[in-house]
Amino acid sequence: MAFVTANWNPLGEAFYRKIELYEMGWNLKDGLRECLVAAAPYGGPISLLKGHNRRSPSDRPQLEIYSSSGLPLASFPWKSGVVKQLGWTVSDDLLCVQEDGTVLVYDLLGGFKRHFSMGNEVSQSQVLETKIFHSPYGTGVAILTGALRFTLATNIDDIKLRRLPEVPGLQGAPSCWAVLTQDRQSKVLVANGSHLFILDNTACTPVTPPGLSPQASSIVHMCVSFSYKYLALLTDSGHVWMGTSNLKEKLSEVDTKIKTPPKQMAWYGTLLLFPSAVVMWDGLLIVVGECKETIQYHLDDDSILVPELDGVRIISGTHHELLQEVPGACEEIFKIASMAPGALLLEAHKEYEKESQKADEYLREIKEQSLLSEAVRQCVEAAGHEHEPETQKTLLRAASFGKCFLSNFPPEQFVSMCRDLRVLNAVRDYTVGIPLTHTQFKQMTVQVLIDRLVYRKLYPLAIEICRYLKTPEYQGVSRVLKHWACYKVQQKEESDEVIAKAVSVKLADAAGISYSEIATKAYESGRTELAIKLLEFEPRSGEQVPLLLKMKKSPLALSKAIESGDTDLVYTVVMYLKNELNRGDFFMMLRNQPVALSLYKQFCKHQEQDTLKDLFNQDDDHEELGNLYVKASYKDQRLEARIALLQSAVDEYYKAKNEFSAKVKTSDSPVTVTFFSSIQKSFLPQTFDQKCTLLFMIKTKNHNKYCCLSHRDMEGAAEAAIERRNESEISTVLSRCSATTDHLLMERLNRAKATAVKK
Amino acid sequence: MASHLFCGRVNLNILREAARKDLREFLDKCSGSKAIVWDEYLTGPFGLIAQYSLLKEHEVEKMFTLKAGRIPSAAVKNIVFFVRPRLELMDIIAENVASEDKLQPRDVHILFVPRRSLLCEQRLKEKGVLNSFTNIDEYILDLIPYDGDLLSMESESSFRECYLENDQTSLYHAAKGLMNLQALYGTIPQIFGKGECARHVANMMLRMKREFAGSQTQILPVFDTLLLLDRNVDLLTPLATQLTYEGLIDEIFGITNGYVKLPPEKFAQKKQGEGGKELPTEPKKLQLNSAEELYAEIRDKNFNAVGAALSKKAKIISAAFEERHNAKTVGEIKQFVSQLPHMQAARSSLANHTSIAELIKDITTDSWLYFILCNMVRNAHLNMPDVFSQTALLSCVSASEDFFDSLTVEQEFMTGVDTDKVSTYIEDCIAQKDPLIKILRLVCMQSVCNNGLKQKVLDYYKKEILQTYGYKHILTLKNLEKVGLLKPQSTMRNNYPTIRKTLKLWMEDANEQNPNDISYVYSGYAPLSVRLTQVLARPGWRSIEEVLKMLPGPHFEERQQVPTGLHKKRQPGENRTTLVFFLGGVTYAEIAALRFLSNMEDSGTEYIIAATKLINGTSWIKSLMDSPEENLP
Repeated sequence: MAFVTANWNPLGEAFYRKIELYEMGWNLKDGLRECLVAAAPYGGPISLLKGHNRRSPSDRPQLEIYSSSGLPLASFPWKSGVVKQLGWTVSDDLLCVQEDGTVLVYDLLGGFKRHFSMGNEVSQSQVLETKIFHSPYGTGVAILTGALRFTLATNIDDIKLRRLPEVPGLQGAPSCWAVLTQDRQSKVLVANGSHLFILDNTACTPVTPPGLSPQASSIVHMCVSFSYKYLALLTDSGHVWMGTSNLKEKLSEVDTKIKTPPKQMAWYGTLLLFPSAVVMWDGLLIVVGECKETIQYHLDDDSILVPELDGVRIISGTHHELLQEVPGACEEIFKIASMAPGALLLEAHKEYEKESQKADEYLREIKEQSLLSEAVRQCVEAAGHEHEPETQKTLLRAASFGKCFLSNFPPEQFVSMCRDLRVLNAVRDYTVGIPLTHTQFKQMTVQVLIDRLVYRKLYPLAIEICRYLKTPEYQGVSRVLKHWACYKVQQKEESDEVIAKAVSVKLADAAGISYSEIATKAYESGRTELAIKLLEFEPRSGEQVPLLLKMKKSPLALSKAIESGDTDLVYTVVMYLKNELNRGDFFMMLRNQPVALSLYKQFCKHQEQDTLKDLFNQDDDHEELGNLYVKASYKDQRLEARIALLQSAVDEYYKAKNEFSAKVKTSDSPVTVTFFSSIQKSFLPQTFDQKCTLLFMIKTKNHNKYCCLSHRDMEGAAEAAIERRNESEISTVLSRCSATTDHLLMERLNRAKATAVKK
Repeated sequence: MASHLFCGRVNLNILREAARKDLREFLDKCSGSKAIVWDEYLTGPFGLIAQYSLLKEHEVEKMFTLKAGRIPSAAVKNIVFFVRPRLELMDIIAENVASEDKLQPRDVHILFVPRRSLLCEQRLKEKGVLNSFTNIDEYILDLIPYDGDLLSMESESSFRECYLENDQTSLYHAAKGLMNLQALYGTIPQIFGKGECARHVANMMLRMKREFAGSQTQILPVFDTLLLLDRNVDLLTPLATQLTYEGLIDEIFGITNGYVKLPPEKFAQKKQGEGGKELPTEPKKLQLNSAEELYAEIRDKNFNAVGAALSKKAKIISAAFEERHNAKTVGEIKQFVSQLPHMQAARSSLANHTSIAELIKDITTDSWLYFILCNMVRNAHLNMPDVFSQTALLSCVSASEDFFDSLTVEQEFMTGVDTDKVSTYIEDCIAQKDPLIKILRLVCMQSVCNNGLKQKVLDYYKKEILQTYGYKHILTLKNLEKVGLLKPQSTMRNNYPTIRKTLKLWMEDANEQNPNDISYVYSGYAPLSVRLTQVLARPGWRSIEEVLKMLPGPHFEERQQVPTGLHKKRQPGENRTTLVFFLGGVTYAEIAALRFLSNMEDSGTEYIIAATKLINGTSWIKSLMDSPEENLP
């Protein structure tokens, strides 16, 4: 405890500390000398390519991947072309940019995933330099070609190559360059001697950093902060200029008094109060901040800097260290002679453990200023920033002690910090090797951390963390199990039964597992049988269908589609089958699936009438065939064709033993009527209708004068009334007749009436 | 704007808001100005979700109807198609997209409602336009909030699809819609159902629940029970003429998507000095929902009680206007003025409904009067003076006569009078060439009430219809037979009388003014579907096992696990909430009956109603018809 401040160094108002994270587990003969090295941010893996310039086939370079603690993850001889640059993507994939512009993508454990090219122009003029950068859109690659032009891809998962404009007056390779992300666009900042240019999609704009000291004749190094907000330039006069990346504001300028070009320069975390940069030469590291002073560290070994959100990691052949500004809460508590409430609380707790009455005095002092809750908060926060579990515990105990004297203090912060620390300590463990700080953890979220553990195939740990943090099952445990299963099905040495059983046993209780994804993996690795077995477990039948089709298990796909109830899916399968099978087989298959058959009939009704006929024919569905003919008869314009079609309909109805339909058709008057109506309607629609009505009335002896009257068919009504010799009916008709138009009719009616009365 | 959705027991506005949020999100996905090309059918349902103003806020500048050929020119950055997933529409879209100006490319998007379809995408791919689309998305619009207690899928022909064509797409959407509903309102612990389709939907729901396991939201259940009812369990109700105010508006004028179009004459503004000016020719379009206070009050009343309610309201309003004479102090006047807008709205709403009631009366009244008298005679055995009956009879001419006569026949069928013989009334109607749908309604009703017609009777009707209306209707008749509306009597006994008696489907003394039973909505007939619902709530279906077995399809009960801690603790006296889902459509009269049950003092249950579509006998039969268009030279 007493040594907490031992590794602190003051710079201006802030303190900086260097913490040892790991003693590296690797055993490198020559350290990092002569190696291409890339380390991923957020405590990610480290890749090394030894002797990357070697070209002889007998002596191939070796690509090695290590965890942050130096444990080997993968190692294999490099057989492709000359690698110019290594880099990591946001999802822990390794990118290897070759001289010819091809980018090879490997996973964390050295498995080859894919490759892509950065375009013809790059492969022709070769890669001179390249940088891999991260932006909100993903991981990008920027390349400076031999023709001194820049080519850029902002997101390697969705490659859109952009060739940036030419830099005026560029003769050889620029002295330095960097990629910026501004205004939702990736740009390149290039220094040619003392001139600076910003290249975007369309233009090359010269810029000057405000207040750059005039002694400088050339900018030899530059770097951009993690968030693209700040820029640092190192000039040949040894000055470090720091300012905002839009070059509008200068923060400070510091003279390092070293004029040799550095090996690397990096920004320190930008979340902090005092942005500062780190410059590294051989054996020397200098921290420059806002004030004129610097902190110098001596390095024993070749090292590389890995900029992080809240610090810089220094990786050497033997050690892995974190250099960071001492976080506010830690500074308050541990600064020598600090009277901050947190510091007092820690002291009080220490005395309490010693059973000394001083504990009470300290507590009183805090309580008198009513700062106890502030003190607890400080202790909790500081615990989060400490790496030593012992220190964490001490601080948390102090916080817990302080909490006892507070009523209504919300417990969430304390509880979640305890949980977070437990997780962090677990992943920081030497065997896992993910040295995350609490700030980084909060930034990257649990989800991403789980992903990273899954990439490393640390399934049990990932599941434990999910359970411990009570992550909702389908985001947590189920997801991990799915990844596990996907990995499991690729293990060739085990039999299908064993794997299927192992998977189902493990996944049985997990909710929301997508078995179809696992099955797809199995199918991709050539295990169709296993895939089918796994699909059986999938509750979402909809999900099973596309894969089943891909595996050519169409009958199964069809029944699964029907099971899902999603008719669109059924249609999809049916259409697929229609193209795959010959017609006979296709119809046979449909026949066994009534749901699919009726859907297909609907489809045919609208799209393929002829197929429909074939379908009915095959099923001997004469009833429907008859209907079909009737429909068709109304479509045809020619009379003969109509009659022929109707006749076919009659035949079909007979075959269907539908006596009624057939009879109605053939019995004398109706058939004439039907024909008549179809013929006559086209010529004399109005009158014909009425005659028809009349005909029936007489025929059925169900005469109703009102009906004729309502149709204004006076003649018909009169005739009917006369025939029935009903006096009152005749009078009614008479009353409706008008003297002008129906003169003759009236006479006739009157005569009839007279006879009727006589009777 | 959506105040009608708040008033119910369940706040259906949550559903509307969720739908609006999705719409906004999609619109924002296509940045810049846009023109929407509408599948015309969708404009109605969308009107229930969002007005034009919402679209305008999201830079929608033009709207077109989907038509073959080219899209009308518009200076916009995006073209967005809002379509149902139908192949024929895809062909039109493909044509539209293909004729787009290649020199000025615009972003084209497609939004499938209610679900995207692989089949349609395949078709677009075949037409070679699939890659022209920047966004292909779906807008899940299953259950559309229609009123405070009413949801509709507005799926035009789901009954036809399910029972005639064996196409269960709409049931799949119904199940999906219910899942969405549960995501917003919590898992429904109890599911009851009757009928094949109900079983199918319940099965799909249970399956989907398994599929989504693990991703459920923790929401206290709002609904206690879900009741799924197949339309074909109760074929009778939609065939009968609805006699509630809203039901009659629908029967006579037709309500679509909450709007009714009325003949304009009655609504002409009567202004002095302008007499003789030409009448408006555009039909008057009115929105009907419970946001209108007066309408909410009278919509579910039997039409016979509407007149009284309207005149009472008129008195209240004029009394309120008279208040101004009593207003003496400035404060009183101020208070009066503050109420003015509300009063004026009430007055114009009163005027509208008086006009509608008059329109309906024109068609029904004369006969109505007689009808009431007849009812009185039948029910109370009054001796009606001869003269009275004569005059009443004489005044029955044309339209009103039809209305009354068919009503009488309907009631005879429902009470089981002469259902096994050819009805002379139907014969006459056929001979008079009354609208075919009316005939079909009556014949089907007779068949349903007789559990099928004697082969001879059935054949006779069919022959008559074919000979009068044309042979093409053989297809329609076959359709009606297929769905069971028309059928030959089987050897089985006619079980309709048993059902009628057990479920008390016919109430002799229906009180239309102050109803005490749901039978008031049809002036005597209590809709079977609603009776089933009522019995389910109390005393339970176990008491009517026998009857349930007579009705088609299985009946079932399922329970869904509600996460622990979300079990509802009901306060004493708090009502249960039941969602009744009609698969194949619901009529306004049934809705009225369910609302009546909700409002009954000791019912203990409140009902929210959902349906694939709001139907009436006419629109229902129409959806089942198949009449090939004459292709004349």
